[in-house]
Amino acid sequence: MLKINNLHAGIDDNEILNGINLEVNAGEVHAIMGPNGSGKSTLAAVIAGKEEYEITEGSVVLDGEDLEDQAPEERAHKGIFLSFQYPVEIPGVSVTNFIRTAINETRKAKGLEDMPANQMLKLIREKAELLDIDRKFLSRSLNEGFSGGEKKRNEIFQLAMLEPKLAILDETDSGLDIDALRIVANGVNKLKSKDNAVIVITHYQRLLDYIVPDFVHVLHEGKIVKSGDKELAHELEDKGYDWIKNGATV
Amino acid sequence: MAYTEEELKKELETKEYEYGFYTDIESDTLPVGLNEDIVVAISKKKDEPSWMTEWRLEAFKVWKKMEEPEWANVTYQKPDFQAISYYSAPNSKPKYNSLDEVDPELLDTFKKLGISLDEQKKLAGVAVDIVMDSVSVATTFKKTLAEKGIIFCSISEAIKEHPELVKKYIGSVVPQKDNFYAALNSAVFSDGSFCYIPKGVRCPMELSTYFRINQAGTGQFERTLVIADKGSYVSYLEGCTAPSRDENQLHAAVVELIALDDAEIKYSTVQNWFPGDKDGKGGVFNFVTKRGICEKNAKISWTQVETGSAVTWKYPSCILKGDNSIGEFYSIAVTNNYQQADTGTKMVHLGKNTRSTIISKGISAGKSQNSYRGLVQVNSRAKNARNFSQCDSLLMGNECGAHTFPYIEAKNKTAQIEHEATTSKIGEDQIFYCNQRGIETEKAIALIVNGFSKEVLNKLPMEFAVEAQKLLEISLEGSVG
Repeated sequence: MLKINNLHAGIDDNEILNGINLEVNAGEVHAIMGPNGSGKSTLAAVIAGKEEYEITEGSVVLDGEDLEDQAPEERAHKGIFLSFQYPVEIPGVSVTNFIRTAINETRKAKGLEDMPANQMLKLIREKAELLDIDRKFLSRSLNEGFSGGEKKRNEIFQLAMLEPKLAILDETDSGLDIDALRIVANGVNKLKSKDNAVIVITHYQRLLDYIVPDFVHVLHEGKIVKSGDKELAHELEDKGYDWIKNGATV
Repeated sequence: MAYTEEELKKELETKEYEYGFYTDIESDTLPVGLNEDIVVAISKKKDEPSWMTEWRLEAFKVWKKMEEPEWANVTYQKPDFQAISYYSAPNSKPKYNSLDEVDPELLDTFKKLGISLDEQKKLAGVAVDIVMDSVSVATTFKKTLAEKGIIFCSISEAIKEHPELVKKYIGSVVPQKDNFYAALNSAVFSDGSFCYIPKGVRCPMELSTYFRINQAGTGQFERTLVIADKGSYVSYLEGCTAPSRDENQLHAAVVELIALDDAEIKYSTVQNWFPGDKDGKGGVFNFVTKRGICEKNAKISWTQVETGSAVTWKYPSCILKGDNSIGEFYSIAVTNNYQQADTGTKMVHLGKNTRSTIISKGISAGKSQNSYRGLVQVNSRAKNARNFSQCDSLLMGNECGAHTFPYIEAKNKTAQIEHEATTSKIGEDQIFYCNQRGIETEKAIALIVNGFSKEVLNKLPMEFAVEAQKLLEISLEGSVG
């Protein structure tokens, strides 16, 4: 599904990713771990197509198509979803109105009519239930005054509504207490299928107890320095990132 | 919503002003220039009684001694008042009973405006009094209104048919000498609307008027007078479009609202006059005086969406004369390219327990300048007066400006006045967030702007709110690269 080949990318001539290789297939869950500043969030932003980042070498390919010249919304239409580490506030735009716009814009890009209102409402109700979201929450302004947990839950709600091919969860666990973490993780698990894939970006092993990865990659200084199965995450938890850092310099 | 993204795209592609067409209808135009003879000639053309002619002449005398105000935060080439023709009326004078009798070209114009009478008639609940180049040419739903004793007609007609009402109230809220443009309007006003709601009557439909400036080089000077008698209620809508022109067009309207004891007037405006092109060429000058007076327990609510005009100078105000009266002002002002807007309100608290609310949303893009100017005045006998003001500015890009000039004068110690102001910018992060969810940039901006303006949009009647949303989108076309 997703193929990242020797990806070098950065911002303002500052190279952050130094040759990343990664292949993600349908039905897989990949975890990307690494210390602060290792390039985890940059990788997510580059896949999603944030404009400030420039690819200097290599490529990001989705279903055989190079994404480099595609606008972020085009990538979204093709099924890439990024759950933001810091979701932005849009005052005056309700959660419902926002997701409705997102769905209809995506449908339009595919040449489909707007989703009929009753169908939309039904879908919203279903997904809200799945994530244990209160109805009142849906009419609040997007992320305005939301707690950390509410923001993340809202991201997963949008994920559930948009049903992307590839979901990238950027530090979705940060700022979540254990209950919220469980709800969010359960939501992700319920949405998982053999046709989609998930990339979980995280500092800690904690989230991976709930969303169990098939592969774990450790990112350090813009490179994947170690890959393995879920045991690698445990090992990291025990030994700390210094283990990797030291290993990398050897 | 009737309006689709597809339509917006089409409109965005044709970069020209949407309503930039010109109707070639024979007009009856006076020679350019302004003097007493012209004032008399206007009055004569309209078959006015002599008291009206005298009133106009008084205004003209005052105007001659006045100077154009310069305090507003706008710069423009002052109009040459002697180079303007002050009267232009479509030749098709008679009123029509059915659409078949109307000049087809005129109907075509209405269709382009999206307000064909055909449609309007079907749009139950909306009576339209269309001012086409100064003279009212069509009035609908008059019968239904008449049954309730509601008078809704052109001001010219009212001067002839209901002189006692006009004589009593015209100039009672905005006197002839109030300001330069009001004086000019009083001398040369061509037409406008008149509305009277009798005691205790709730007007069963939204009353609406569409104004257009059409004849090249003709200034349009409407005069609107709305009187809500004791205990009555009316909601009045005003919407405007104008064809594009190379030279500047002057517009100086006066609107007077009178809300007697326990009455309520809701006055909504969507203003979409030609704002000038991308280089700031052309565009309408909009110098308007709008003011209402509230007697005991009365309420006046102004809601405006201002997207057009090259220069706007407009302060819909409330004189809260009666005890317990309420004044409200909800405004969205959008400026793009080289547009300049200096707009706001005045809330004058005279009575006891009077309350006022001001919600102003300014959106600036391009190289435009957007100013909020508001006065909250509490008179010495206005015990327990309360005001809440909120002024929010949204900036798009780095070359525009947002300014806030709040004036507060409180002469009674019991007054409670609150003022809140915020300035924000549409951030790249917000845009990227929307993009990532599949929403393209233009649409993302529209979404953010609509969210920002929501408190005001919610105050508009439904069909107007849809139109207003569409206007916001069109006005901000291409403002973020």
